[in-house]
This record gives sequence, structure tokens and C-alpha cells, in this order.
Amino acid sequence: MISFFLAVVTREWVLAWRSRADLMVALTFFVLVATLFPFGVGSDEALLRRIAPGILWVTALLSVLLTLPRLFEHDWRDGTLEQLLLSAEPAPLWLAAKLLAHWLVSAVPLALLAPLLALLYDVESIVLVMLPVTLFLGTPMLTLIGAVGAALILGVRSGAVLLALLVLPLFVPVLIFGADAVDSARQGLPVAGHLALLAGGTLAAAALAPWGCLAALRLAVES
Amino acid sequence: MSLAAWRQASEAKMRSPKSWWRFAAPKEFFWLTGKLAPWFAGAALLLFLIGGYAAFFLAPSDFRQGEVYRIIYIHVPAAWLSMICYLAMAFWGIVGLTLNTRVSFLMAHALAPTGALWCFVALWTGALWGKPTWGTYWAWDARMTSQLLLLFLYLGYIALVRAIEEPRRADRAGAILAIVGSINVPIIYFSVQWWNTLHQGASVSLTKAPTMATVMVVTMLIMTLAVWSYSIAVVLWRARALVLLREAHADWARREALRRLGGSEKG
Repeated sequence: MISFFLAVVTREWVLAWRSRADLMVALTFFVLVATLFPFGVGSDEALLRRIAPGILWVTALLSVLLTLPRLFEHDWRDGTLEQLLLSAEPAPLWLAAKLLAHWLVSAVPLALLAPLLALLYDVESIVLVMLPVTLFLGTPMLTLIGAVGAALILGVRSGAVLLALLVLPLFVPVLIFGADAVDSARQGLPVAGHLALLAGGTLAAAALAPWGCLAALRLAVES
Repeated sequence: MSLAAWRQASEAKMRSPKSWWRFAAPKEFFWLTGKLAPWFAGAALLLFLIGGYAAFFLAPSDFRQGEVYRIIYIHVPAAWLSMICYLAMAFWGIVGLTLNTRVSFLMAHALAPTGALWCFVALWTGALWGKPTWGTYWAWDARMTSQLLLLFLYLGYIALVRAIEEPRRADRAGAILAIVGSINVPIIYFSVQWWNTLHQGASVSLTKAPTMATVMVVTMLIMTLAVWSYSIAVVLWRARALVLLREAHADWARREALRRLGGSEKG
């Protein structure tokens, strides 16, 4: 069972590495959009420092959204998904492997890159720590909720735009707690509650989202 | 009892001519709703007339807000119904997914536009009410924000169901989305409230007058019943149209549709 899990993770990694241009697009998008905001709101340092957590969180969230349509698209097109669903291995297992691999290649780079971008906003040093921490805790939730949406829109026309409409309202709680944790830390307020809520939300999403995701995947394969 | 056994028992009930379950069959559903919808429409009209009269002429003006508060009689029922319609949508989605009843999914489809409408009405009347009383059309208040997000959830559901061409998949995908959304609605509300208390100082107060006169409560109740009846009537009628569309392959449905179009069996 563990070897199967690892095999799926390795496969996803190899596939991600071979199409690394796709991943670079999401990362470049993240950098580009984060640099756009100062042009829009002005270069006042105090203002930038204040809005940095929110802007970087929103931008990271949109970058994750950008990678979601590809999550099942290829496997669905070439029939891999159908084979996985038919296989004797438990479906939650390979789904967990796929989602973990996707999170590692698409969200973790964002979390690592975020402090660098935060430097452009002249932030306090605590923000440089809190941004990656909150992104680590919160982005799994985005991947998990997004996976349900990605499974629902498989093969649907203008699916990527539809996906944004489906999942962005559901991302709001993650954004609120993530950005607010960073902002509270910046103001010297306690953040343990925020982090606990983010981690708890991720665990709840990990327990519930795969059900919806698998039901939607079965539906996509059947039709 | 296993799910399969339960489903089998339910299907047997649906086939029996005396059981209430038989209305899960499209033809029986069409007959029943054809009988029910006009009653609800009539009740809605009557209740709107009574409630409207009471709201404008019987209810006293508010001691702080004057006449403008009267918008509450449509605003609050609309906000309630917008949430109830979403829950009903998720409910019919669950029923459809567990019992394999096609009509349940059609009920969910039929509920979405009405729910979205009430969401919009609640937001719009809220803005119109907010301007004279708080001095702003919009505040990032928890209730308003989650109402706006609820509207987005409705629009997402409608867009998803419309975008999927295959009916079976559209039904089930919509049901999954409605269930996921209904789990998230309380979380969204809680998170927005939390965010709001942290970020927004004392700017606007949402608290209404401390006590409501009895006539106000009764008027509100009548208007709520009116909005309920209207919603039920419209949703049933929309579901009937969807049933005819979906069952176009069946003789009875084609006959009903042609009768309504004034055509003949041959046309």
C-alpha cells in the first residue's frame, strides 16, 4: 500500500518535472501580480507594509487556482483516471497521493517564494516567518477544496473560468484566517488561535473533501 | 440495513400506488404539483396583499428610523428564504444522490434561480435601507458579506448545471456542489464575522429597535408566509417545466407539452 502511494507520488513528480513550464507559469504569475499592486496603490511604504499580508495571500490563492484545472485533466483525457478508479487499490489512497504531490509542486514553491516577495513590500521580519508558515498550513485546504471543483469541471466547456466561480467563494474562510494570522503577528497580537484554526480547517478538509472529489471524479468518468 | 437494501426498499415504495413515495415518479410528480402550485400562488397573492397593506398602513412608523424601516418587511423574509432555498437545494441533492430519484435533482435546479433572486433582493433592499439609516449602501458587515458570497454560490451552481450537457452528470455534479456549499455556508458566516469584529471598529450598528410592536411581528410573519408561498409556487412550476423537458421522450410528457403549446400530437 505504501509502495503504491509512493509510486503515485513519484509519477506525479516526474510528470510535473517534465511539464515544469506549466509550474513556472503559476510561479511567474505569483511574482508578477504581487509586483503589480504597488503600481496600483502607490509606493507609500507604510501602506505597502500594511497591505502586504493580504495581497500576498490573495495572490498565492489565485496562483493555486491557476494550477487546479490541470490537476485531473491529463489523467482524465488519457484514461488513467478510469484505470485508477477501476483498480483494486483504495481510491482515497491514490487521490491522497495525487493531492499531496500536487500540493508539493504547486503550493509549496509559493510558500517558499512568498517571503522574497514580501521583501518588496518592506515588511517586518515577523511577516517573513509568518507568511510561509500560514501558507504551509492553509494552502492544503485550497488544494483539497479546489480538487472537488477541478473534478466537477472535467471536460466542461470554459471549465477554468467556471472553476474560479465555484471555488473562490469557498476559499474565503482560508483567506481570512491566513491573511489575518500574518497581520496579527505584524501587530504583535497572539496568533496561536489563527494557526490552530488553519491547521484544523486543513484537517477537516482532508477528511471531507476527498468524498466529494471522488464522487465527482466517478461522475466525470461515467459520462 | 445497508444502503443498497434501503434503496431497494425505497424503490419498492415508490412503485406502490398508495404510498406517498410514488410522487418521485416524474408523471405522478407532474400531476401532484399541477394541483398544488396554483394554491400556493393564490395564497402568495392573498398574503402579499394583506402583508403589503399591513406593512404600509397598519404597522406604526419606527421611533428612530421613521418610515424607511418598512423595507424590513421584504428585506428580512428575502434573506431568510435565500438561505432556506440553499438548504433545500442541498437537501434535494442528498435525496437524489441516495435514492436515485431524478425529480429530486430537478427540484434542486428549480430552487436555484429563486434562491439567487431572494439573495439579490435581500442585498438590494439592504443597500437601499442602509443608505438613509447608516449613510452607506454597503458595509463589510458579516451578514451582508456572507449574503453576497451565498449569491456567488448560487451563481456557481447555476453556471455548473448549465455548463454540463449530459443531464445525469449535470444533476449529480450540481448536487455535490450544493452539498459542499451548504457545509461551507456556516463556516463562511463564522469566518466573516470573526474577520469583521477584528477589522471593523464601531462604525455602523446593525441593532434594530429593542422591541418590535406586535403588529410589526405579525406583519413580518405574514410577509414571510407570502414569500414562502410565492417561492413554492414558482419552484414547483419551474420544476414542472424541467420535468417536461427531461421526459420529452415519454408519451405523456409530449402530450402535456403539446397541449400547452396548443399543437396536435402530430406537430
